[in-house]
Amino acid sequence: MARTSLSRRGFIAASLLAGGGVAFEFALPLGRASAQGMDATPITAFVRILPDNRVVIGGKNAEIGQGAKTMLPMLIAEELDVAWDNVTVEQTDADATIYGAQSAGGSRTTGREWLPMRQAGAAARAMLLAAAAQEWGVPVSTLTSTQGRVLHEASGRAAPYATFAAGAASQTAPDPVRLTLKDPSAFRIVGTRVMGVDTPAITQGKPLFGIDVDRPGMLHAVLETCPAVGGRFVSANLDEIRAMPGIEHVFVIEGDGQAESLLDGVAILSKSWWSADQARLALQVEWDTRAVEGYSTQGYAKCAGEALDRGPEKTVLDKGDVATALEGARQRVTARYAVPILAHGTLEPQNTTALFTGDAIEIWSPTQNPESGRALVAAALGLEKEAIRIHFTRIGGGFGRRLMGDYMVQAAAIAAKVPGVPVKLLYSRQDEFRRDFFRAGAWHELEAGIDAAGRLTAFRDHYVTFGVDAEPSRGAEVAAGIVPANLLAHARIEQSLIATNLPTGWLRAPRSNSLGFVLLSFLDEVAQAGGRDLPALLLELLGEEARTIPGSGPREADFQTGRARGVIEKVLAMADWAGRDGLESGRGKGFGFYFSHAGYFAVVVEAQVTGGEVQVPRVWAAGDVGSQIVNPLNAEQQVRGAVIEGLGQALAGQEITQADGAVEQANFDTHPFMRMDAVPEIEVAFVPSDNGPTGLGEPALPPVVGALVNAVFAATGRRIRKLPLREEDLV
Amino acid sequence: MAIRFTINGDETTLDVDPAKPLLWTLREDIGLPGTKFGCGAGLCGACTVHVDGVATRSCITPVGLIEGQSVTTIEAAGADPVGHHVVAAWCALDVPQCGYCQAGQIMNATALLHEVPEPSDADIDAAMAGNLCRCASYTRIRAAIKDAAQKAKKA
Repeated sequence: MARTSLSRRGFIAASLLAGGGVAFEFALPLGRASAQGMDATPITAFVRILPDNRVVIGGKNAEIGQGAKTMLPMLIAEELDVAWDNVTVEQTDADATIYGAQSAGGSRTTGREWLPMRQAGAAARAMLLAAAAQEWGVPVSTLTSTQGRVLHEASGRAAPYATFAAGAASQTAPDPVRLTLKDPSAFRIVGTRVMGVDTPAITQGKPLFGIDVDRPGMLHAVLETCPAVGGRFVSANLDEIRAMPGIEHVFVIEGDGQAESLLDGVAILSKSWWSADQARLALQVEWDTRAVEGYSTQGYAKCAGEALDRGPEKTVLDKGDVATALEGARQRVTARYAVPILAHGTLEPQNTTALFTGDAIEIWSPTQNPESGRALVAAALGLEKEAIRIHFTRIGGGFGRRLMGDYMVQAAAIAAKVPGVPVKLLYSRQDEFRRDFFRAGAWHELEAGIDAAGRLTAFRDHYVTFGVDAEPSRGAEVAAGIVPANLLAHARIEQSLIATNLPTGWLRAPRSNSLGFVLLSFLDEVAQAGGRDLPALLLELLGEEARTIPGSGPREADFQTGRARGVIEKVLAMADWAGRDGLESGRGKGFGFYFSHAGYFAVVVEAQVTGGEVQVPRVWAAGDVGSQIVNPLNAEQQVRGAVIEGLGQALAGQEITQADGAVEQANFDTHPFMRMDAVPEIEVAFVPSDNGPTGLGEPALPPVVGALVNAVFAATGRRIRKLPLREEDLV
Repeated sequence: MAIRFTINGDETTLDVDPAKPLLWTLREDIGLPGTKFGCGAGLCGACTVHVDGVATRSCITPVGLIEGQSVTTIEAAGADPVGHHVVAAWCALDVPQCGYCQAGQIMNATALLHEVPEPSDADIDAAMAGNLCRCASYTRIRAAIKDAAQKAKKA
């Protein structure tokens, strides 16, 4: 197959399969998506029609539980016009030269693939109909299709797609932009409740995940790195470990100083991962930690407090005249907030299997971001990208952790030391906490001006987070386009940075998962100070007339005030917001709204506070992610999962702390996630709007924590300005 | 050391370090990868199997301790008269998101239904709180357990 011929132009080739079926291969331009300035890389999908008329559709994207492996093939099958029951989905390999973007990040998959995947299905259908027209000697315009069959109504002829496999294979590819796509009213698959394609295999314990990869002669590896991230290897009792039973190899991995690539470490290889991990108990490494041992939780709090006292290093946004507006305000509200460092805690630990053969490497990896990993492996091993073959596996949770490629580089570097032997690197749970890319800590000082009518007139936020040289670290930035700054005439966002040795990264709804708490709780304070409630304050800022406020950068979506109003009004009705005063003592409802990842979500949380304990009996969530929910069965799960994750961040006690440069948490007992017994009833509603469908993995999360702490305030009168919520904050 | 036990109905004898956790014995020595490694400390429940019908965290159970006992894993869950309904309910409600924890959830739920055929919400909370679902599919886990209980009752 000549991959280089799959250019960025619209391109479709069809070729006969050995078994007599026909394979369609697509590289379609991104049309609408590229016009929006999003990722303009072409994509490819495979459709195979087998002799018995079964259809095999390639699922090209990373599946982390967000449903892409089911949803994208649904879009293809819809326009191909086949019965879903007749479709088998196969995971494709990771290769951007064939498939275009395959990452799972930023809730971008739905928006990016909505049109091209449908075009892929429609093009295959068009080629089949053209072949049928030739064979039957009738104009193609007289043919229709239904459920994998071609129909000629005038003569009453009908035949399955497979009949025309050979003829379709010789058709010229249609221009995708000239294809007629179905009107949504004709959808038979999209919008229906479709079970995940892997669900039966999951419930039978079939090997699907990266950890399940098994290759002949494979060795298992553990990699010990410095407890204080960035510590350098000095010496270790390597010979002693080599002599232990079952140990095949022990060697030092020399790092390049980049956490997202390679840190210094000691690799132990065995035919058994357990044996390798046991040997690690006897491993004694001397690390040089002088450069990193000074970092601690107390140190960050002290530095951040001093930075807030000192005033900002840099202004990120300066609209209108904030100083004058604040001076002229009838009332000013000021508060400081603190948000902790968090870990991802994917349940499947990071792992990758690699086979190095001298001038090439084959990799099996549960990655959210295969091309990034490929580039990192290429750089670390000095290989051409083309010499790296990457197989996708199903992924046991992403949450942004697997956007990094560190575990791929580590596995590749270990495999490169034992050419010809496949090696599976698997992290222990402690490794997960030692080598995460953490959600950054943040400290804010906020100030607001309120006029005589209780309206918000001016807003200032000085935030402190991790970073160097005036650049916030990964995932720690504050977008200039946040509500309320984008709705006010006078707004300023200021930044100061403090140093850390921890690598930071993207956690589900990056930036917004932290800002949602801070901004929504502070705005609730502002609303209370002005004698009103938060939704009233926000609706007033939005205004009656719908308008569009441009995003603050090329990657930021425009903000449509009418869509915000739509979800806010919806959730207030769902949650009987007007009747909240009738709640019993110790109960309260709190509200939150947030716009992120092109999605609009409003949430109401009901909290019951008894002594120092917070329970959440009910949550209501309303979201607008465009005109069409592709798979409602999965979509509801995404929202519920986001709600529970948000509640857990505040209530379960999640906080990464550090002493002497090292993270103090090592497992789920000290960095807990929410469990079954704390889960509320969650009512989910989607508010459709006349906008293209967008993603759902992230946007429901950011308003949740703010709504929760606002509910705690409503129940107790206590304002939570620091996470996680502790008993002493309540009694 | 030779250890003899029953795995999914078949007698087996293995020459293995008795200190090796059952989890790694299943995955590495018997070739049953459905049981998952999550925490290695009995904190997440991803590794749950049945030992003589009792839900057991295989990551902290030395294989030497199960000499003479009967182990059932996710691969055989559907063959259990109650497990069959649990697996069917998990599919009918499309419980899994990423799916990594679900082997443990299904094994734990099946053990619960053997013990308490019609569990209340409190029973479910108490039995299932040890099984972490990082994607938080809890709402459907609860519904699927109730669905399976109904189906098993009628059967």
